[in-house]
Amino acid sequence: MLEDDKLLPHLFRTEYSKIVSVLYKRFGFEQMEIAEDIAADTFLDAAQTWPFKGLPVNPVAWLHSVAKNKAKSMVQRNAIFENRVSAEYRKASEDASETELDLSSQNIIDSQLQMMFAICHPSLATEAQIALSLRILCGFGIEEIATAFLSNKETINKRLYRAKEKLRAEKVSIVIPPVGKLEERMSSVLTTIYLLFNEGYYSLSQDTPVRKELCFEAIRLGYLLNQNEQTSLPEANALLALMCFQASRLDARMDESGGHILYSEQDFTRWDTSFINKGIYYLHQASRGEKISKYHLQATIAYLSTDAKESEEKWTQILLLYDQLLQIDYSPVAALNRVYALSKVKGKQEAVIAAEKLQLTNDHFYFALLGDLYTGIDHVKARENFKLAFEKARTLKDKNILIKKLKNL
Amino acid sequence: MNEYILIFRHEDGQKVASPEQLQAWMKETIDWIAGITAQGKFSGGNGLPFEGGKVVDHNNLVTDGPFGEIKERVGGYIIVKADSVEEAVGFAKGCPVLQGEGNTVEVRKITSGDGIH
Repeated sequence: MLEDDKLLPHLFRTEYSKIVSVLYKRFGFEQMEIAEDIAADTFLDAAQTWPFKGLPVNPVAWLHSVAKNKAKSMVQRNAIFENRVSAEYRKASEDASETELDLSSQNIIDSQLQMMFAICHPSLATEAQIALSLRILCGFGIEEIATAFLSNKETINKRLYRAKEKLRAEKVSIVIPPVGKLEERMSSVLTTIYLLFNEGYYSLSQDTPVRKELCFEAIRLGYLLNQNEQTSLPEANALLALMCFQASRLDARMDESGGHILYSEQDFTRWDTSFINKGIYYLHQASRGEKISKYHLQATIAYLSTDAKESEEKWTQILLLYDQLLQIDYSPVAALNRVYALSKVKGKQEAVIAAEKLQLTNDHFYFALLGDLYTGIDHVKARENFKLAFEKARTLKDKNILIKKLKNL
Repeated sequence: MNEYILIFRHEDGQKVASPEQLQAWMKETIDWIAGITAQGKFSGGNGLPFEGGKVVDHNNLVTDGPFGEIKERVGGYIIVKADSVEEAVGFAKGCPVLQGEGNTVEVRKITSGDGIH
């Protein structure tokens, strides 16, 4: 059983995030070190025992019971210490030592959800939120986080340390915010989850497994939100739908060497239909209520894009959705995508006029799009723009795409 | 054939490793032991958790340990069968504990009671 490679690979990671969330919830940000020490010790014990004694029959139960015992003796040790301080403390600690660490699946899910809201607290910078999410909610190692961010361990450690200090200083409580505040706080949770997803989907890192892993973790967090009645808001449903539609193309957009395959050149038989079906389910869930969020619009666009057939009707709908999206949440990427949709509906000439107005001259995608639009109209201009895009492109994979386009002219 | 004990000494047992690192380390330990077992040379072994340990001194004073001033901790051991100390050292060289800088594996012959140790 110890030779079973499939059983072990993600056991530590998934269980770490569960155990540490429950411990955080139990001990609060005030005693953060305790939570992390107990979790780390639990896994250290496993790593020190299992190789010699064989894998336990139920490894998850083994980890949970070790964590429970460690939490109990920690509370008792604290009680002995606080005994000498005051009788009041003793009373409180005795109460605490009676209740065992609750590692039921319900409490694990609740703790992870509550942690999600605590970590995505508006007082923290987004990059700190993402790093903390990866560490605590996803059980990533410091090195893996550094790889994902193209950074180093020291930087990530400092970032995590400062973020935790901030949570402590702000006295952030580990709860799901009450109804009046939920929507506002939800929006920063969703932003972080989607950034995590995009970090994987558009990452500059060449490490393919890490990239995919980030996407799947973001989807897992999306699932958590959608499993809870309180947090399964239409906006959260829409984001999950969006991520599912995008994830359906994870394999199709990658060639054998890890290079990027453009949407228009993808083999649509490699699109993952189970993800598409999940996306449709959650998009349907999202249609409750009046509010149309940016995730609703993006998910609908992503849904229409799962239909590989070219039709004017499809592109007219997509164009309309981009118009709406730009009104509520302007972004250069969306503006460029809108121009692309426009070219499909009204033709390249009109799209060139719209594109030139954007003047996003710092963005290589801007020049790449102009190059595409001029292709077939004016090859001198097309070449000019592809070259400008090539200069601005930051990754090898983007540069390779542009070289190919220049060759094809 | 003699028995040797291979004792793992960790320079800093409190260094926090990520779950992924621990898991990788565990896999390597399993493979290492499997390699020795395959030759019929593995007698047994165990890991020694750092937590909960005590130290009793010559005045019977009991302290939590082996922490505090002692920087080095024993993290576990295995017992192997070997024809010579060199063969036992050969097994020790493959020990994943040695990937940690400052860590060591001590190789000691176990008294066999044959009068020639």
